[in-house]
Amino acid sequence: MLQIRGLTYEVEEAGETKRIIDNLDLDIADSRFTVITGPNGGGKSTLAKLIAGIIKPTSGSIILDGEDITEMNITDRARRGVSFAFQQPVKFKGLEVFDLLKIAAGKETKLKIDDACKNLSEVGLCAKDYINREVNASLSGGELKRIEIATVLARGTKLSVFDEPEAGIDLWSFQNLTRIFENMRKNIKDSSILIISHQERILKIADDIVVIANGKIKMQGEGSKVLPTLTGTADAVMPCNRYTEVENG
Amino acid sequence: MVELDPIQKRLIEEIADIHETPVGAYNFRANSKLAGRNTTANIDITSKEDGSGIDIRIKPGTKNESVHIPVVISASGIKETVYNDFYIGEDSDVVIVAGCGIDNCGKQDSQHDGIHRFFVGKNAHVKYIEKHYGSGSGDGKRILNPQTEVYMEEGSAMEMEMVQIKGVDSTIRKTTAKLAADAKLLVQERLMTHGEQKAHSIYSAELNGDGAAADVVSRAVAKDNSYQKFDACVIGNCACHGHTECDAIIMDYGNVLAVPALEANNVDAELFHEAAIGKIAGEQLDKLMTLGLTAEEAEEQIINGFLK
Repeated sequence: MLQIRGLTYEVEEAGETKRIIDNLDLDIADSRFTVITGPNGGGKSTLAKLIAGIIKPTSGSIILDGEDITEMNITDRARRGVSFAFQQPVKFKGLEVFDLLKIAAGKETKLKIDDACKNLSEVGLCAKDYINREVNASLSGGELKRIEIATVLARGTKLSVFDEPEAGIDLWSFQNLTRIFENMRKNIKDSSILIISHQERILKIADDIVVIANGKIKMQGEGSKVLPTLTGTADAVMPCNRYTEVENG
Repeated sequence: MVELDPIQKRLIEEIADIHETPVGAYNFRANSKLAGRNTTANIDITSKEDGSGIDIRIKPGTKNESVHIPVVISASGIKETVYNDFYIGEDSDVVIVAGCGIDNCGKQDSQHDGIHRFFVGKNAHVKYIEKHYGSGSGDGKRILNPQTEVYMEEGSAMEMEMVQIKGVDSTIRKTTAKLAADAKLLVQERLMTHGEQKAHSIYSAELNGDGAAADVVSRAVAKDNSYQKFDACVIGNCACHGHTECDAIIMDYGNVLAVPALEANNVDAELFHEAAIGKIAGEQLDKLMTLGLTAEEAEEQIINGFLK
């Protein structure tokens, strides 16, 4: 169970304080597949980074299974069961896919090639083609995304956070990626999955949907109830005013 | 048989990854003396008459054989210059493993300057691995100044892996190559300096025959107060292809000066260079920390991968 209380994140921009996350409260229950959605610039990715510890909040608290992790660094949160898939997967010169999966699985696990194969096949990659590939720019955006997801799967932690898995990859690649998330949802057991996404196919399989705009929760509830209200809203269809004026002559 | 003391054995393991007496031809040099030699039907090793080094002669057509010529110094205060010449016969395909390890526990400097010349015959293929390593807690410096000259005949290929990862206080590494038509040279250098170490790496590849190609790639890490200079020049005198690249990570107060240079003397010469210097990217550390590593462990993984 992840509990977020009064979370605020502010940045200084051109001498002004800008509030990106505004006094936000949110509970992510165990065994739930939660999708956070909302307009661009609304604070979704910032919230994901605050949960992973990549950035520190201005105020408020983050509690994982009853333990306050707000002041913990990335490593300590990771070791307590928080995994994070980056929106832009990070590239490494010299580190190979197998190296990354071994690090993800942890020193104690001593990941074998067979296990790595399983992780890779879950994200639709054939291990023999990828296991010794460097995680660098020679891989396509879609391949990097899959490998990024595989590192989170290899960890198998309590809470997995995915920041816009669809960003930067083409539609066809994403069609295949959604299957990975459908499988994850099936095998969720007592862990919880938090995905930031705009994709309808991801929203459709959500147990819960949270809509964030202007750093606040605009709407939240069971996926089946929230999703119908999202399609066809003013946000989605409002045309540009000036364009309308031109149209009207 | 090879006679080595435990420190020398450890050095040999570091530089040549050898735990037992190697298969094939070899020449071990320890504290300026011959410690063991083996020749094969195709590979002959003889000492130069003036005692300044060895000649390695590989018969034409020799395939899948290897030569190991490691040098170790475990006594303080040794200074030596060694001349080794390799004559690689036409159409052969061999692996040559060189390298030098110095353990200096004393106050005096220890220095090994190895001058290697390679005469690579037509269509021969050579993989050359050279590792340099230093250890020991003495104040005496560990100094290595290798000079490598490569003369490549038509259609020959040479892959050079030049590695210096640890413990060498001062090094000036100079490599020159002259390539005939269709010869291919690939250099992969891995260099790490720490403490107050200084390293200067100089490469010059002259492409003299149509179809020749040279690729000189260096990955470097400069930690603490260490300093590195990378000078790489590719000279195109014909229809050829040349590329040089320096990729360096700096940490602490490390300094790196990268000077890639290209000289085209023929309108059909295609030459490129790249150089990038910077600290470890913050997002790389963040990513590995989200996988459970500490910042220090993440840094180590990134450096090890980079220098692999």
